[in-house]
Amino acid sequence: MQAIQLTKQVLSGDSPLTILHDVTFQVEAGESLAIVGASGSGKSTLLGLLAGLDVPSSGNVLLHGADLFALDEDGRARLRGELAGFVFQSFQLLPALNALENVMLPLELAGAKDARQRAEVSLQQVGLSARAHHLPKHLSGGEQQRVALARAFVTRPKILFADEPTGNLDAATGAQVIELMLELNRAQGTTLILVTHDESLAGRCGKQLRLAAGRVVV
Amino acid sequence: MNLLRLSLNLLRRDWRAGEWRVLLLALVLAVGSLATVGLFADRVRQVLQQQALSLIGADLRITSTRPFSPDYRRMAQARGLRDVQSRTFPSMVARGEQVLLGEMQAVEVGYPLRGKIEIDDGSVHVAHAIPARGTVWADERLLRRLNMNVGDEVGIGAQRFTVAARIVKDIDQSVGFASFAPRVLMNDEDLAATGLLQEGSRISYRLMIAGDAAQVKLLRAELQEKISGNEKMEDVRDARPEIRTALERAETFLGLAALTAAILAGAAMALAARRFVLRHLDGCAVMRCLGAQQGQVLRLFLYQFILLGVVAVVLGGLLGYVTQAMLVESIASMREASLPQPGVLPLLKAAVSGFALLLGFAFLPLLQLRKVSPLRVLCRELGLPEASGWLIYGLALGVLAGLFLWHAGSLKLGLAVLGGLLAGLLVFGWLAWLLLHGLARNALLFQSRWRHAFNNLARHGRSSAVQVVALSLGGMALLLLTLVRADLMQAWQGKLPPDTPNRFLVNVQPDQYQPVLDFFARQSLPPPQLQPMVRGRLIAINEESVNGDSYPDPRAKGLVEREFNLSYMEQMPGWNELVSGVWWKAGESGALSVEEGIAKTLNIHLGDSLTYDVAGSRFTARVTNLRKVQWDSMKVNFFVIATPELLKDFPTSYLSSFYLPPDKVRAGDELSPEFPNILLIDTGAVIAQVRSIMDQIAQTVSAVFLFTLLSGLAVLYAAMLATQDERSFDAAILRTLGADSRYLRRLHLSEFAVLGGLSGLFAAAGAVLLGWVLARFVLEMPYKSNPLIWLIGMGGGVFIVVVAGWFSTRNSIKLPPLRVLRADY
Repeated sequence: MQAIQLTKQVLSGDSPLTILHDVTFQVEAGESLAIVGASGSGKSTLLGLLAGLDVPSSGNVLLHGADLFALDEDGRARLRGELAGFVFQSFQLLPALNALENVMLPLELAGAKDARQRAEVSLQQVGLSARAHHLPKHLSGGEQQRVALARAFVTRPKILFADEPTGNLDAATGAQVIELMLELNRAQGTTLILVTHDESLAGRCGKQLRLAAGRVVV
Repeated sequence: MNLLRLSLNLLRRDWRAGEWRVLLLALVLAVGSLATVGLFADRVRQVLQQQALSLIGADLRITSTRPFSPDYRRMAQARGLRDVQSRTFPSMVARGEQVLLGEMQAVEVGYPLRGKIEIDDGSVHVAHAIPARGTVWADERLLRRLNMNVGDEVGIGAQRFTVAARIVKDIDQSVGFASFAPRVLMNDEDLAATGLLQEGSRISYRLMIAGDAAQVKLLRAELQEKISGNEKMEDVRDARPEIRTALERAETFLGLAALTAAILAGAAMALAARRFVLRHLDGCAVMRCLGAQQGQVLRLFLYQFILLGVVAVVLGGLLGYVTQAMLVESIASMREASLPQPGVLPLLKAAVSGFALLLGFAFLPLLQLRKVSPLRVLCRELGLPEASGWLIYGLALGVLAGLFLWHAGSLKLGLAVLGGLLAGLLVFGWLAWLLLHGLARNALLFQSRWRHAFNNLARHGRSSAVQVVALSLGGMALLLLTLVRADLMQAWQGKLPPDTPNRFLVNVQPDQYQPVLDFFARQSLPPPQLQPMVRGRLIAINEESVNGDSYPDPRAKGLVEREFNLSYMEQMPGWNELVSGVWWKAGESGALSVEEGIAKTLNIHLGDSLTYDVAGSRFTARVTNLRKVQWDSMKVNFFVIATPELLKDFPTSYLSSFYLPPDKVRAGDELSPEFPNILLIDTGAVIAQVRSIMDQIAQTVSAVFLFTLLSGLAVLYAAMLATQDERSFDAAILRTLGADSRYLRRLHLSEFAVLGGLSGLFAAAGAVLLGWVLARFVLEMPYKSNPLIWLIGMGGGVFIVVVAGWFSTRNSIKLPPLRVLRADY
């Protein structure tokens, strides 16, 4: 993945506000990158741009050689479906679906025939087979994040985006989830892009990108 | 396929959240209300169509108030066609001391030429002949009302007849439930002996012709040239146009009434759809993030909406079917007419309307979901994608306008009703909003619980106003149809003095004039004012000939196409009122007095000269005055009165109305044997019949408006759901601050009570206002509303809304505050 001079401006009242300035970096396949910085430094904005969830004011992202912003919204969605997995701070499980169905969701969206079997395997890998038919509201925070991990890895993504994955968990549970995530990452050879303000977690990643007021701090 | 399963799966899980329930409920009510009207009208229309086929008993029928020229029969016979004649007239039928007005039909051998009559003379079978001489066939109503059986004897005119059979299935008459008098079929050869054939008798002659279709067509063309103005030629296509028109109007009215339920259902659906969208923003963003394309997101929800639509249409159709069946069952005359089962077309129409509502009120919000930014997974504050308000309101309005036009069948009517309704809703809504804010502004005057309730309602001012309007619309219609209608009926009846005539005496022949007066004297009854009557047809105004084609208005058409009653007299009847011109002086000649209403309908002015055809000869005279007539005075009234010399030499019969006190009812029974041709019509019975017809109409309309009220409740439910999260949050905060669940329960109940009370107040005000308009401008009498209407309106409103509101919010105060505040419930 290559980010080239990514800049994001938004309108704040009448005047433009620059959230990201000329961010440029590269991550090789299988590498892990931690984006760190204080609150409001532009971490999440950068992650959104890298994942193609938002479009930059200028600059580019190349993913496996493809220019992300040459694609339209649906094209980027298709690419995400094929290449990317996500883990969020607030888990973002669909409350109406049970654990298994949540894990099946990306496979079903991609039209996979064996969604159920693959989702069951994935749930087994995160140790939640027994909770497969529980709704998110009946699961603890740690369990919900493990379901989110199962959902993220079930498509065997080439790249995993994680946004403060332990932000809503206590320290012990957060540590378990991180172990699990890094283990799955290694096992599947996934590229990991992680946003965190937890320095120890950042230290476990191969590369670190530090942001302050929207600029890369070297 | 996976998407479909996923979609159904989501639907199943989402069911508990409530929006689907509101959407389904609203749609079921809308489809149910439209289907009820459609199916009901369809059954009546089918009866008309089925009966039209056998209705005229022939391929071609000529009807006249006078005997036909023998040429007609000769022309038919020359073409190898069969022909048969019948004569129909009203007459009293007597059994012992009981007398009843019936419709007699005297038929010749060979009748009917088309269609079959079914009779029961011990066994039910198709009749192969006409009644034998000395016998008659009578319909069920006559047998029942005279409390008699097949084989009993009845008196008709001067003759006695044995009832040889009961008519099971009839032809050649009015449509079963719409016909007025019970029917008797007799042999034409017996007619002369009854003594009922007299000058001025109201006999309708019918010449029926059947045979080779091409020859009938040729004959029809040939006869068209020859028939005179008082003869009417019809084939199956023309049968019963007046009933068909009435049905079409009723269907239009009921259809539009049903659409008020649809409008409210639309409002409920829009509220529910909006909440649905808000609750699904996160889910959609996650799916977009996980690779779902816009089309996939759209299809995911589209499948749900289609499924919802199908289920709602099926349930709504069932509801409509059951409701119309109950309606038909509850209306005696319809039950007896054994209406055929409805067709599927009205259901299709209701189904299409249902899907149109879904499209207009729920589809656009759904389209927004497709555009949810996937970035929302990272920034929750990203809200609903912008959608053009114009587009959303425009589509909803467009769908409504389309539905109204479709159901009204006319651009003008459809737009007028929709426009009027929307304007009314806006005005009522604005008033409700003002009231709610007024209450909130003065909330300090009230206890804390009420203060809190007023503030809550005012905070959701727009939504509260919508709820008040929605609920009051249905309530107003129901109050109008029950309480106000009863008030108006009572006021109308109270307006008539106690000695208002209750009997009409019709068909008194000139030679019976004195004997009738003598009869009254013998019975110690005041002498009746017998007024002369001559039947004539208007053929020209100011030398310019007029006929049915001269007027677009169906009522005017009917008036010039048939003969109507003319009278002549020196003095204007005391109960008429001169509105312009002057009444003639004694001995004046060549003048006409016209009733102002008919003058307006036929475009007749003071000074116009009118030409009438009376029994083949013509006279022309000038209109010298216009009169106002009180039709509900129960006295004899005429559209046109002439100076005596114009009419006195034409065949005349006399009629009168008089008051028969209850203790003299026997006198009426004695009149019939003495003067068999005279018809004594009990207007009390007629009023009772009119009243029962009005009751039936009101019942039908009430049933339709019940849907409106239920749809109003659906709006309430939807609005409750829309504010449920906020309510739970408020409740949680109040509970953390120390409020107990009793306080919260009372707070909610107070809000509902205010909403219900306001709705009831608006409903009662609307009903009273409409009642006043009806009384003042339509019935032209003072209207004093029943004070109970306010009590019942507001009490009913409070009760209904408190109960319904309680059901939809009872769970919100049970949630533990911490869970609510953490927003993970």
